[in-house]
Amino acid sequence: MKLKKGIPVIDQGNKLGFWGGKFGGNFVPETLKKPIEDLEILFNKLKKDKKFIRERDKYFKNWIGVPTRFIKLENLTKHVGGAQIWSKVVSDANGGAHKVYNATVHCLLAKRSGKKVIIGDTGAGYAGKMLSMAARKFGLKCKIFMGAKDIARQQPNVKAIKKNGAEVVPVYSGSQTLVDAVSECMRFWVANCDTTAMCVGSTVGPAVFVRICGWSTSQISRELKVQLIDEFGSIPKKLKLYNCVGGGSSSFGFWNEFMDYDKKQCEFIGVEAGGPTKSKKHAAPLTYGSKIGILHGAAQYVNQNSDGQIEETESISAGLDYPGISPLHCFLKDTRRARYTAASDEQALNAYKLVTKFEKLRPSLEPCHAFAVAIAESKKLSKDTIVVVNSCGDAYKDRGILEKRLGKKYVKSN
Amino acid sequence: MLNPISVAFIKAKQENRPALLTYTVAGDSSKKQSLNILKSISKNADILEVGVPHNTPVADGNQIQTSAYRAIKNGIKVNDIFKIVKDFKKFDKNKPVILMGYYNMIFQYGENKFLNKCNLSGVNGLIVVDLPWPENKNFAKKCKKKSIYFIQLLSPTTTKIRLKKIIKDSHPMNYFISMLSTTGGKLKISPKEIIKNYIKIKKIDPKKKVVIGFGITEKTIGKLKSADGLVVGSAICKEISRSLNHRQNPVTNVSKLVKELKSKIL
Repeated sequence: MKLKKGIPVIDQGNKLGFWGGKFGGNFVPETLKKPIEDLEILFNKLKKDKKFIRERDKYFKNWIGVPTRFIKLENLTKHVGGAQIWSKVVSDANGGAHKVYNATVHCLLAKRSGKKVIIGDTGAGYAGKMLSMAARKFGLKCKIFMGAKDIARQQPNVKAIKKNGAEVVPVYSGSQTLVDAVSECMRFWVANCDTTAMCVGSTVGPAVFVRICGWSTSQISRELKVQLIDEFGSIPKKLKLYNCVGGGSSSFGFWNEFMDYDKKQCEFIGVEAGGPTKSKKHAAPLTYGSKIGILHGAAQYVNQNSDGQIEETESISAGLDYPGISPLHCFLKDTRRARYTAASDEQALNAYKLVTKFEKLRPSLEPCHAFAVAIAESKKLSKDTIVVVNSCGDAYKDRGILEKRLGKKYVKSN
Repeated sequence: MLNPISVAFIKAKQENRPALLTYTVAGDSSKKQSLNILKSISKNADILEVGVPHNTPVADGNQIQTSAYRAIKNGIKVNDIFKIVKDFKKFDKNKPVILMGYYNMIFQYGENKFLNKCNLSGVNGLIVVDLPWPENKNFAKKCKKKSIYFIQLLSPTTTKIRLKKIIKDSHPMNYFISMLSTTGGKLKISPKEIIKNYIKIKKIDPKKKVVIGFGITEKTIGKLKSADGLVVGSAICKEISRSLNHRQNPVTNVSKLVKELKSKIL
């Protein structure tokens, strides 16, 4: 299995949509074949259309607000005493997370295809919040599918979705988290694909959704590349990009523009959710060697039992609480372009304490997983190493969990 | 030897009626009970579809999901499903059995091993909901070698060109999804409209049998009589759930329901 240079990774799949010949594809009911093919034709045409790109860039600039900041975490760097720790503050984006890029592009595509309704899944609630926000902006009716457990633990985002005029559909099946929300959303699309557009909230699902999402979030690395050159004159000789990985949308977008650099110069580190230290459950299929299986239309490494039933996951962060992982990351793992590891709930909480103690930055529990590993590894790295952590979400949505786990003083400043 | 599925269609045709296909989930609500249900309905059903329950079903509505989750919770494994089919075949060896499920279950078991087990236990056909054409070409060929029908699904969204290609590659039986819906949805379009679409499909290759499924209940089945076969699934799963909720015996209730379904198509 080989990664090709000079071709965007999203376009490196084969005719049937498989990366590396085995990840991804379209394992979908017959009913969805046609709408997926229609979306593929539309997306393949528009991603080459200069007018469409200008339109996308206009909304990215004027509405989402690009570029998001690239800042040095001076105090944290001093405290850790190793590599220089920087952060790409993607949570600056309108709505407070990277999910807004994918949501915006899906709404633009839905408009072009003449659909009046858009549906989407959400775990942490950010994908839902952004989709509802974009749907309102573009005059589309919106329905968000969300697991009942996630509705309970991510109330600030649920409120935001409703405020944007979207309907929140609670999903009570299975583990009542993201995996079930995606299933229910796909089921709704099966029954309504003639009138409705579907947005998959991450780089997962049938191949075209993986590609659209990766194409959208790549805005992050386009900005970072410019910012790095502005700051250092060129791409640093020792660059390490840390990102949390659930479905894998923010990490893929954070890395995409650096794909062709040698990994000795520019290393990618993906941090999965290891779950509570005391629990056997986790949401880290790459780190803990899960087998390849089919989930939500795509072949990927996925937590499952020997029979092929998808296993329940456990993580403090709803956004990472997913048993599978993007086919793109499976491909990056097996081609050894990226390295994957996991952080536990407790490590993520400690990282939150540390980052907020030293910096004016409040990363949500998802990027705190990446901070945990970045901080631990930075200690052993030279001072000329540039560590960048994607702070892809804001902790406002986690205030309930943070208050419960760390006490009131950690949410006061919110 | 002719596949018992084809024999069932011939027999129904001779009686001037569509074949009645039932769908129940293996292991719902227990291994023993689902076997007893199969035994009790085999008198009136022509072909038995047995669901392989999966916990992330992307095409199933509430009724079948409920049955599947119940079966999984009660510990059903793929090997138990083969055992159920085998035990059923000891009881009624000529009744055709089709397994219906999602590809990951087959993929984890191993395609070849799965098909060998199908042969050993007496499975005559397979429906794999999320393995569409052309992705299913290789697997369908393997099925053919084992004399197992791989049943292609056709949907209202399937384009005419695609219909022709799928039907050309298909085995003697295909499955037409009546409407845009997950299983068990309310009929959104009239039975007349469904039959019109069905006839279009039949014309492509009249020799191949086409059954209609999704949303068929005791109320609508009579109006679709002109098809080669009709599948009822969610209505049966619903009856199992209802019986359990009312502490009644699902075996007798489902048996009654299937008898009623049969009477509507005679």
